[in-house]
Amino acid sequence: MTAHNNWEAVCTVDDLVPESGIAVWTEAGPVAVFYLPHHLPALFAISHTDPFSGANVLARGITGDLKGEPVVASPLYKQHFSLRTGICMEDESVRVKVYPALLDGDRVRLKVPASQRRTTAA
Amino acid sequence: MANKTLIVIGNGMVGHHFLEQFAETPAAADYDIHVFGEEPLIAYDRVHLSEYFGGSTHADLALGTAEDYAAKGLTLHLDEPVTELDRDNRKVLTPKGEYTYDAVVLATGSYPFVPPIDGHDRDHCLVYRTLADLDAIRASAEGRKTGVVVGGGLLGLEAANALKSLGLEAHVVEFAPRLMPVQLDADGGALLKRKIEELGVQVHTEKATTAIVPGEEARLRMNFSDDTHLETDLIVFSAGIRPQDTLARSSGLEIGERGGIVIDDQCTTSDPQVFAIGECALWDNRIFGLVAPGYTMARTLAARLNQDAEAGFRGADMSTKLKLLGVDVGSIGDAHGATPGARNIRFNDEQAGTYGRLVISEDGKKLLGAILVGDNGPYDTLLQYALNGIDLPKNPESLILPVSEGGAPALGPDALPETASICSCHNVSKGDICGAIDAGCTDLGAVKGETKASTGCGGCAALLKSVVDNELEKRGVEVSKDICEHFPYSRQELFHLVKVNGIRTFHSLIKQYGKGHGCDICKPAVASILATCWNEHIMATDHVPLQDTNDTFMANMQKNGTYSIVPRIPGGEITPDKLIVLGEVAKEYNLYTKITGGQRVDLFGATLSELPEIWEKLIAAGFETGHAYGKSVRTVKSCVGSTWCRYGVQDSVGMAIRLEERYKGLRSPHKLKFAVSGCTRECAEAQSKDIGVIATENGWNLYVCGNGGMRPRHADLFATDLSDDELIRTIDRVLMFYVRTADRLQRTSVWLENLEGGLDYLKEVVLDDSLGLGEELEAHMQAIIGTYQCEWKTTVEDPEKRKRFREFVNAPEKKDPVQHWTTERDQRRPLANADIA
Ligand code: SRM
Ligand SMILES: Cc1cc2nc3c(=O)[nH]c(=O)nc-3n(C[C@H](O)[C@H](O)[C@H](O)COP(=O)(O)OP(=O)(O)OC[C@H]3O[C@@H](n4cnc5c(N)ncnc54)[C@H](O)[C@@H]3O)c2cc1C
Ligand code: SF4
Ligand code: FES
Repeated sequence: MTAHNNWEAVCTVDDLVPESGIAVWTEAGPVAVFYLPHHLPALFAISHTDPFSGANVLARGITGDLKGEPVVASPLYKQHFSLRTGICMEDESVRVKVYPALLDGDRVRLKVPASQRRTTAA
Repeated sequence: MANKTLIVIGNGMVGHHFLEQFAETPAAADYDIHVFGEEPLIAYDRVHLSEYFGGSTHADLALGTAEDYAAKGLTLHLDEPVTELDRDNRKVLTPKGEYTYDAVVLATGSYPFVPPIDGHDRDHCLVYRTLADLDAIRASAEGRKTGVVVGGGLLGLEAANALKSLGLEAHVVEFAPRLMPVQLDADGGALLKRKIEELGVQVHTEKATTAIVPGEEARLRMNFSDDTHLETDLIVFSAGIRPQDTLARSSGLEIGERGGIVIDDQCTTSDPQVFAIGECALWDNRIFGLVAPGYTMARTLAARLNQDAEAGFRGADMSTKLKLLGVDVGSIGDAHGATPGARNIRFNDEQAGTYGRLVISEDGKKLLGAILVGDNGPYDTLLQYALNGIDLPKNPESLILPVSEGGAPALGPDALPETASICSCHNVSKGDICGAIDAGCTDLGAVKGETKASTGCGGCAALLKSVVDNELEKRGVEVSKDICEHFPYSRQELFHLVKVNGIRTFHSLIKQYGKGHGCDICKPAVASILATCWNEHIMATDHVPLQDTNDTFMANMQKNGTYSIVPRIPGGEITPDKLIVLGEVAKEYNLYTKITGGQRVDLFGATLSELPEIWEKLIAAGFETGHAYGKSVRTVKSCVGSTWCRYGVQDSVGMAIRLEERYKGLRSPHKLKFAVSGCTRECAEAQSKDIGVIATENGWNLYVCGNGGMRPRHADLFATDLSDDELIRTIDRVLMFYVRTADRLQRTSVWLENLEGGLDYLKEVVLDDSLGLGEELEAHMQAIIGTYQCEWKTTVEDPEKRKRFREFVNAPEKKDPVQHWTTERDQRRPLANADIA
């Protein structure tokens, strides 16, 4: 859709799993997209790379809320990351990238700023 | 700087405790510390010596390690007895050399007294004090029939139990008219005798042995003064102990009339450079044959060497609480009523087999002493009355009467004064516990860590818990059992809510009983509860987001985001064809392959998208998921058993497979491990498992609640000689009761330790069906077994479910870019981040 020409279409609603995450490949590398139907907004996107292990796994973490903040827990070492800000609740100096996400019809679009685009996607 | 030398003679329980207390204090820095031990092994827990026959090793009983000693700068000379103490030249001599000292601590303990009966030194006349003694007893008993213990005191009865456990017909020969003459009175001794005889140990009181001569039917014959005799294959003397004071005597230190190295309140002997502690020391003309007073002396001496002017040994309480051959015996304070004017209350219930006696002060206000046989229930309460001089209730007899007759309530922790001793092993008072809590300890574990309470004999565990809980509550610390911020309930309470209200999804549970959206604590816990209650496929859409990644993808995530695959190999039995398939699949996907500690094969390094493909191949070859992920039944380990092994008495592989097939898929609060051994040699290590089964001539012995891992625990013997069906029925009940009542992530071992009433209670519930739950538990288990499906099979057959395994939903061909590999020992493994950079 032309209205969103720097919004990358990554998948469709059918690919999403309610209350959980999936991973997509974008120009900025691997991104985790979470769909929390009982939340407003319902769609969140953060980097898929777990900063503590370097592994691409965050989409496979358990989602939920801590003191009202929507979070995902890393499946490896269980730190919680805010889905809104990307800040790690256990260590605020650690933060993962956050990407604006929206639903365009049945398409999921992410805004991947040029500065974050990777040129070397292995 | 260390410029002086301190020598400790004796590396037993008290000598070791002294080093623990002293080594890291300021004063210790002045000394080079040398420790001499006559025994070849590092100090071990003599109090639990008999467990050596139950399978414990020296390592299990050891109180420290050579590394601990070295780390504390202590020089340990084991197997090197001190043969002379030369006080004039301030040196000690050993067969290996001589060492000068500035100060000496004698911690030489005591030795068993062997009465000088004619023939007492024949072969197979033994004693019961050290591990070497136990080895000698075991060797002597090998293939023999009878054993006699001379001495019906506390240690003698323990030794008799040991002989019994070695398969001997055990006898106890006691000179006095009753058993345990020091601790018990005539009625108590008589009841104990009856109970012990019921257990198959023959007791001969009022027997004086005149000679030990070669036997006719057995190795030895004991002749008694009444012209009777007894034939036996071995004799264990347990006729009391004598302080080991040889060195002190020959060096001219002051010795008591009946032995023992005389010490003052500071544990100093007649030579100010020589100290004595433990069973070798005589204080106020008394020897203390228990470990707690020895520990107090050790602490006193450590404090004293650090110039603590207050430190002093002021005697010790000799009350004892024991289980002898399974019979409770307790003796407190002035048990014989020797105090002038003392009055007695006795309650002798021959029907129930219990005896209680209270010795009360002349004015009827204080408890001076007590005797209990058959039921130690009132012991802790009585001890607190006696030790702390608490005023007795109006009807003191209610303290020993059966509860149903309106017994007095147990003494609540509030009634105890600050000075009340809670843990005598580590000398921790109620005041110390309050202090630890005020200093920031907010749970039982922290209080234990801080004060060491309950880390000795463990006898004070229940009392400690009640004091800690009570104090925390008083300080307004909520002893919170809530699972997390989303549910104000414990796992057990949630289980009931789910079950009773027929709740089938997380969403409806949190809407009705919780708040917020859940988290990684409550979601998996609820998923496990739902699985136990309704056993739906864990990949059903509603359940997917609740699970940890390992459960969601039915594989274990590794450090680089790939997964491992562990197919079930029941009982460890596998056909060559299946082994070949494992090899072929591993080769095709370049999977690192390893035999696990659970008798099966683990294939590592599969990516998310490879998992369904690999499982498709494994399932086609007849494999099923092994639940290496998830909180569920892992493996049933087995030995080869009677099918091949010359010693096997039952088909352990067959039983292992039957159990594994039965319980596979069961979801529980934590993982469950089983093992089945084909005979008592126990090659399957069943006693380290949650459920352990060991074959006997007549069936199976069942052990429960063992654990390896971080805090190993030996499983407890639960039931003996069960038939196949009885075994399964019993396991059904134990497991289901665990699943229903345990906390989240609580292994069976921890569950049992926290279960009020402990093993006895569990036996009542499962074996005696005291809650009337038995059939329900079995039916529940049967329902779960009936709905079992291999989750992987259902998954690979369902295209919708397979979609979940796409690595990147928009780029199926894309490989994860952060996986870097190297080759080691001919197999692929991930490179660590550090290696990549
Ligand atoms: C593969 C294996 C090691 C091996 O190469 O041999 C292993 C591997 C893991 N063990 Fe284990 N354990 C393995 C046998 C054991 C054993 C030995 C046994 O079962 O006989 C023990 C001690 C026995 C026990 O559990 O009582 C053991 C005690 C643990 C513990 C500590 C449990 C405890 O109660 O203290 C953990 C941590 C936990 O569960 O919380 C653990 C956790 C793990 C995890 C799941 C850690 C994790 O979360 O990544 C490892 C992942 C396995 C994988 O990726 O496939 N593993 N682990 C063994 C698999 C056996 C099997 O076939 O299923
Ligand atoms: C089977 C059994 C059950 C028991 N149960 C209980 C119980 O339930 N509760 C309880 O409180 N107590 C119990 N005890 C008693 C308890 O074990 C002792 O009170 C405790 O071990 C005393 O410690 P100790 O260091 O004084 O002596 P020990 O532990 O005997 O240590 C003395 C050490 O010194 C060594 N030694 C001696 N002479 C020399 C020398 N010249 N040179 C070098 N080394 C030397 C000895 O070899 C020995 O290793 C039990 C004892 C036994 C045997
Ligand atoms: S012992 Fe530790 S490192 Fe080894 S497999 Fe078990 S959990 Fe992993
Ligand atoms: S009384 Fe022995 S550990 Fe506390």
